[in-house]
Amino acid sequence: MSHKTYEESKKAVVKGLFLLGFVTLIEVFISLFGKGHIIPGINDITWIAYPVGFIIAVLSIYKAYFIIYEFMHMAYEVKGLALTVLLPTSLLIWALFAFFQEGTAWKARREFVKEKNAKTVEPLKGKQGYVEDTSLFRL
Amino acid sequence: METTENVLHQHSENHEGSWEGAAAPFNISYGKLMMWYFLLSDAFTFAGFLIAYGALRFSSPSWPVPDFVFSTAPFGIHDAPLIFVTVMSFLLIISSVTMVRAVQEGHRENKRGVVFWMFLTIIGGAGFLGCQAWEWTNLIGKENMSVTTNPFGSHIDAGTYLDEKGNATGETFKAGASYLLHKSEEGGHDEGHAEGHHAMAKGDHPNAFVDNDGFIHKKFKLASGPAAGQVQMEEFGPKAFGALFFFITGFHGFHVLSGVAFLLIIMINVASGVYASRKNGYEMVEKIGLYWHFVDLVWVFVFLVFYLF
Repeated sequence: MSHKTYEESKKAVVKGLFLLGFVTLIEVFISLFGKGHIIPGINDITWIAYPVGFIIAVLSIYKAYFIIYEFMHMAYEVKGLALTVLLPTSLLIWALFAFFQEGTAWKARREFVKEKNAKTVEPLKGKQGYVEDTSLFRL
Repeated sequence: METTENVLHQHSENHEGSWEGAAAPFNISYGKLMMWYFLLSDAFTFAGFLIAYGALRFSSPSWPVPDFVFSTAPFGIHDAPLIFVTVMSFLLIISSVTMVRAVQEGHRENKRGVVFWMFLTIIGGAGFLGCQAWEWTNLIGKENMSVTTNPFGSHIDAGTYLDEKGNATGETFKAGASYLLHKSEEGGHDEGHAEGHHAMAKGDHPNAFVDNDGFIHKKFKLASGPAAGQVQMEEFGPKAFGALFFFITGFHGFHVLSGVAFLLIIMINVASGVYASRKNGYEMVEKIGLYWHFVDLVWVFVFLVFYLF
């Protein structure tokens, strides 16, 4: 399987342990930094969440890569096997964008409905059944 | 080192053509290939759950802040954001590493080594489950979160809490600050809380409203935002949070639980010499190893989505 000697692969395992542990600690540190636990007040800067989120996402993907390629030995398998697993997974990138967009749209809809519900309409005199708020159907 | 792949590879090369039916697709055994494809399908299930979490979080005007929700740990530790869950992550990482060692010993046909490292892996997995049990017990029993109730809310605008007479106190909060709705304690036996909300009668008070389930909704006067100057009360947080948390971490925890069960079965089989007689480098240990690493892999993303973001 691996093209390493027994002693080398034993060392690689210890290296992997420290690597994953270290990356996890960095992630937690950066996450807490972004929430203002390391330097109080830093979370008041609204854009700070974006670089923080991006960095921890990249670090998590690196951990995932390491687990798949080293611990699950994907690096030592035939390329075709790796592709049959990784290509379908890559479809999820589209799903991420699509559904997050969808969620944002739900929020906008809900706020729109709330806004409309809060509006008070003056009762109309004279013309009954005349809908003032719909410009589309105005004759 | 004679491993499964080498055996299969040599075996397929000894035949003239692949049409004899002897060549293994991707030079991998049937069992391992199917384990990979099972894990692929499982990855889609988890991805569906986590993307649903993301969509609902994006659709909500406010969301419970994880470093506030997950800030307690056993032995009475409070205000330690994400510390306990980091320990849980380490447990899974360590058990993943011991699993790699078990697979390596399997390749060397070292039965004692396989049993030893698998045993450590099981300890790690069981430790993780224990931690998760504590986390759930704390959330359900002490903080009153359930699939349909989420007492973790956050303020949209800044303001000041009211005292018993309905006057503004010195206790202020900023926009986006998190709060936890406490329950009115009938007997007042909870020793840990210094908030002084042990027993309040149901109904309206100048400083709070106690609903029929006993949740105390503290009242406050807004200092900023479109409703500045108005008196409002703390509402429940987004309802979906509880359901998403319990279903997703529960689904992952169930994977860990079944992983521990299979690891135990396979470890007992290893010890009784079932796989040694197959002379295939303990391939069964490799297969459960793939599953176990996958459980760790999923945790990387559950950890990212629920606790770090």
